[in-house]
Amino acid sequence: MIKFDRVSKRYASGKDALRRVSFELPAGQLTFLTGHSGAGKSTLLKLIMMIERPTQGQIFVGRQNLNGFGNRHIPLLRRKIGMVHQNHQLLFDRSVFDNVALPLVIAGFPKADIGKRVRAALDKVGLLSKEKQNPIMLSGGEQQRVGIARAVVNKPPLLLADEPTGNLDPALSAEIMDLFHDFARVGVAVLIATHDLSLIARYRHRLLTLREGNLIHDGVESATPAAGDWYGA
Amino acid sequence: MARNPKRPAGARSARTSLGDHFTAWRHHHRDSLADALGRMRGTPGSTLLTILVIAIALALPTGLSVLLDNARVITQGWDGRAHLSVFLKMDVNEERQRALAKDWAALDGVADTEVITRQQALDEFREQSGFGDVLEALPDNPLPPLIVVFPSNNEPAALEALQQRLSKLPEVDLAQLDVAWVRRLHAIIELGQRLIGVLTLALAAAVVLVVVNTVRLAIESRREEIVVIKIVGGTDGFVRRPFLYSGFCCGFAGGLGALILVGTALWWLGGPVNQLLDLYKSEHSLTGMSPATALILPLFSGALGLLGAWLAVSRHLGEIEPQF
Repeated sequence: MIKFDRVSKRYASGKDALRRVSFELPAGQLTFLTGHSGAGKSTLLKLIMMIERPTQGQIFVGRQNLNGFGNRHIPLLRRKIGMVHQNHQLLFDRSVFDNVALPLVIAGFPKADIGKRVRAALDKVGLLSKEKQNPIMLSGGEQQRVGIARAVVNKPPLLLADEPTGNLDPALSAEIMDLFHDFARVGVAVLIATHDLSLIARYRHRLLTLREGNLIHDGVESATPAAGDWYGA
Repeated sequence: MARNPKRPAGARSARTSLGDHFTAWRHHHRDSLADALGRMRGTPGSTLLTILVIAIALALPTGLSVLLDNARVITQGWDGRAHLSVFLKMDVNEERQRALAKDWAALDGVADTEVITRQQALDEFREQSGFGDVLEALPDNPLPPLIVVFPSNNEPAALEALQQRLSKLPEVDLAQLDVAWVRRLHAIIELGQRLIGVLTLALAAAVVLVVVNTVRLAIESRREEIVVIKIVGGTDGFVRRPFLYSGFCCGFAGGLGALILVGTALWWLGGPVNQLLDLYKSEHSLTGMSPATALILPLFSGALGLLGAWLAVSRHLGEIEPQF
């Protein structure tokens, strides 16, 4: 689903945020991305979202090379990517329903279709009963689930999450991880950027580790204890 | 590369049809307009202030140009009565006077001539001045024969040329023309027009800047929303549209406000001005704005608002990019 081919990013300040990073994320796989702050996690996500462009190398999303994309293609690319943020990025001037509906409204779905899809997404994250509420009334865990519902409402083939469990206690984190596992199981490529080592240790997933812009580790943490079989099969 | 040309990679993965897109686009325009109006209602104080500033800025040149139009209409009437009074030498007899009048009427630049004989002039003078008794006391009629020449062209330069031409004739004593006031009037109207032009430009620029500022603040207050829209794949057009609509609405409402202000001012001035015109025995009365002006002003103002919003959006929207 995503392929990085010797991607480097140097900012105008001269800082090398990524150095010749190569990896591939297949559909249906859940992958952790970790590293200290400043190691290049954010830059990597920004490159996938085309908020930044690589200095060197090529990035493929689906079968398309992002180097060939002009600025006007960016919105269409982003519609194929669900993005979950640590701080949820919800809009508090509208209801939960309208927050989740936003990607569909933007993509031009018919109204009747929007209602169905939004309710399906809210049902999936267990918040169907709160669709009319303002997200400011919800708890942190619930807000995060609204953010996830919004990220997946148009069924993107790729889901990016930036510290999705950053502000949550372990029980709520587990709920959120359950959701991500479900999406991976139906074929979504899920990339979770986190420096929550306990989270990484609890699940045996592929792990990409960045240090000072270099990809220093790519593989399943064999030493990780299996703390519960959260992802089912 | 040798690819199958039938492979519609992008289109197949899209889940919305072209028709859906058009409907959605139409709905988005409608929603953007509703959104813009809703937000204007949501901040009635600042919206009203913006609209009022626009209204006042546009009312000034509009009102002045209405007054100038009135002045032009009235003075056109005066121009129409411009004429040359050509006094002939005392020894030109009546027969010769009539022949001359007939000749001159055929000249280029002359519309018509009118003969006023010495006797007619005397009668008229006696009647109008009330100095009849004084005239009786004089041995001779002191008034010269007169031919009034009505020019076909009221341009000051043409009038002067005609005057010079007639002055040179041997029978003519004096060809009198007071064009100075006509010239001054033309100059003043010209100046007024220019001033209104400059004023209009300056105030139109002010309207654009007011809208730029209003929209800039609106963008700032909706920064989070813009970031979210960009992350979930909203196009620049999608982000831009509500702001463009609000710019247009502000401008349009300001234009309507200007119409109301000018209309009120004309109504208020109408009484005294018409009274004044009556005193000058003018058959004119103060005329208001033409329907065309009333239609064009709000649209023009709306266009200025749109321009302002466009400038603000293209300047500030690019600065707002998702960060994480």
